Amino acid sequence: MSSSIDSLVNREYAYGFVTDIEADTLPPGLSEDVIRLISGKKDEPAWLLDWRLKAYRRWITMKEPHWPNVTYPPIDYQEQSYYSAPRSVKPLQSLDEVDPELLRTYAKLGIPLNEQKMLSGVAVDAIFDSVSVGTTMKTELAALGIVFCSLGEAVREHPDLVRKYLGSVVPYSDNFFAALNSAVFSEGSFVYVPKGVRCPMELSTYFRINQEGTGQFERTLIVADEGSYVSYLEGCTAPKRSTTQLHAAVVELVALKDATIKYSTVQNWYAGDKEGRGGIYNFVTKRGKCAGAGSKISWTQVETGSAITWKYPSVILQGDNSTGEFYSVAVVNNHQQADTGTKMIHIGRNTKSNIVSKGISAGHGQNSYRGRVQVLPKAEGARNYTQCDSMLVGNRCGAHTFPYIEVGNNSAQVEHEASTSKIGEDQIFYLKQRGLSAEQAVSMIVSGFCKEVFKELPMEFALEAQQLLGITLEGSVG
Amino acid sequence: MLEIMDLHAVVGGKEILKGINLSVNAGEVHAVMGPNGSGKSTLAQVLAGHPAYEVTAGTVTYDGEDLLAMDAEVRAQKGLFLAFQYPVEIPGVSNAYFLRAAYNEIRKARGEEEVDPMSFADLMDEKMALVEMDGAMLTRSVNSGFSGGEKKRNEILQMAVLEPRLAILDETDSGLDIDALRIVANGVNSLRTPQNATIVVTHYQRLLNHIVPDVVHVLAAGRIVRSGGKELALELEARGYDWLLEGAAA
Repeated sequence: MSSSIDSLVNREYAYGFVTDIEADTLPPGLSEDVIRLISGKKDEPAWLLDWRLKAYRRWITMKEPHWPNVTYPPIDYQEQSYYSAPRSVKPLQSLDEVDPELLRTYAKLGIPLNEQKMLSGVAVDAIFDSVSVGTTMKTELAALGIVFCSLGEAVREHPDLVRKYLGSVVPYSDNFFAALNSAVFSEGSFVYVPKGVRCPMELSTYFRINQEGTGQFERTLIVADEGSYVSYLEGCTAPKRSTTQLHAAVVELVALKDATIKYSTVQNWYAGDKEGRGGIYNFVTKRGKCAGAGSKISWTQVETGSAITWKYPSVILQGDNSTGEFYSVAVVNNHQQADTGTKMIHIGRNTKSNIVSKGISAGHGQNSYRGRVQVLPKAEGARNYTQCDSMLVGNRCGAHTFPYIEVGNNSAQVEHEASTSKIGEDQIFYLKQRGLSAEQAVSMIVSGFCKEVFKELPMEFALEAQQLLGITLEGSVG
Repeated sequence: MLEIMDLHAVVGGKEILKGINLSVNAGEVHAVMGPNGSGKSTLAQVLAGHPAYEVTAGTVTYDGEDLLAMDAEVRAQKGLFLAFQYPVEIPGVSNAYFLRAAYNEIRKARGEEEVDPMSFADLMDEKMALVEMDGAMLTRSVNSGFSGGEKKRNEILQMAVLEPRLAILDETDSGLDIDALRIVANGVNSLRTPQNATIVVTHYQRLLNHIVPDVVHVLAAGRIVRSGGKELALELEARGYDWLLEGAAA
């Protein structure tokens, strides 16, 4: 099969532009002084600086993990800058004060920050390099008691909540990248939904890396109090650069009794060029804790970008009858590598988890699913269902599956199903014979393959995800 | 409409078509018959532009244009339709979505407006009745888990929606029971107009009782060894192919 599943022109990455804006960037290097400087710039309380320093002291004793199925040259952590902020961003009273250059950047990305132009039903927090440039719909949310702001602002305005939950799901000692993030994290979003409140709109954060040579270390914390509901979406883009950039984020979710958090990601960091030069190293720790009985955390991710993706959005099922879900589409093309999956840790009784992973590999891409399902001895009646499907486009890519299952309770039911398929020349020909182009054909076949995951995305974003998938795979078939 | 001259084609290094000559005019139905391995399906695939088949000599003119120079999707957009012998499954893509995408691509190529899902649904109601299919088929994934007969009917449904100028039916009758055969044949017959043409590739004469051809060709070892009227099909039914093959081998 096929000379034709090979060629074809790549559409350029549409978000690869650089915004020319004056930035306040720390020189490269990491030390306790740098951490004090970051903390000082943000006027942080002493407890937070202490926490950062503890994380740093732990981090220097840790080794970068090399168990993921990815390869890259060694990272020099002293070569990175750990803080960059657009100079013009001072505490703002309203979005009208945002630098017009920044507003133009977000408009170009298709994210209107202008309240009048906002899509109804979506509130946005926009994060540019290390700082939040603005959050929309705050008044509407505040009327319901919902807090949606940058983490920095939350530290000032809601210190008790932040102090109580920061690091409660992903402790600073968790892993190498989480420790690094805890030491230097710059910005991120904070959400608190009070008891019994159903958040009436999608909350979303758009992350943008602009400055060259800076890592981005944002940290998101979402707390859903008893009986509440929130749906949250994050989107990410970065300029095209020939050098790689490190992105080591942490996301922590806490769902109390009967609360539901739905967290969706459309990750489109710059993936590097066709030869694999440049791109973002996306080393991210995402974890949710179903702390209360009857709570539910659902992760949906569409990973199309980054040179390397290393992330495992996980759920700790502590409360009885709690539910964890993971729906994932990961696409690699050209020289992209992804090692992604989930962990479901069943602690409470009658806890349920559901995993649907769709991996698509094209070009020279390498795609690994890595999942752990752990049923602890007290997790009476725990149930897990895992479905893990891989699709190959062409002959030079790879798909790998690493499932780990540990069951410590006899009443548990754990199911794992896996499949690997290849886009066939015959499928493409069939669709071409009906008048569709090769690109439309691949896009249609892949969308069909990912349907179970796309249907989990909020409506507005499902279409975006589908288009993104089409763009990522352009050039993979001809 | 279609003029095939001295067509030679190779697949996997083996020459299958060894000089086909065939001329089809608008309004005509041609049957191409022949034993297994004679090149019938290869002819259908070559005309549709399957990349695995390499044309090594000859020309094919379609409405005055060089058919062989066109990509498969361009051929489709210009009204060439192949009803597949083995329709392909596309899991997760609904039949309705697929049909509308194809319909709109072909409309765009003709310079017509795309249709929205609502008007398309109306069109589908009419076309589904033609092949006696029920609405549930539209929400199912393209050919996934369809029975053999359902797949073939789905091909004719696509043909009814896309209204081709030249339809090639590649062994559409194989694996069909009597009722399905009648439904498929009725569908094809009701789509006949003086402006379009049909090539029916088949193994058996029974389909030709329902879709009556103007011309019958017998393909053997990559060449057309005999052409005649519809009575030729009956003669083949009675005598088999051997008497023709002896001539072809000589």
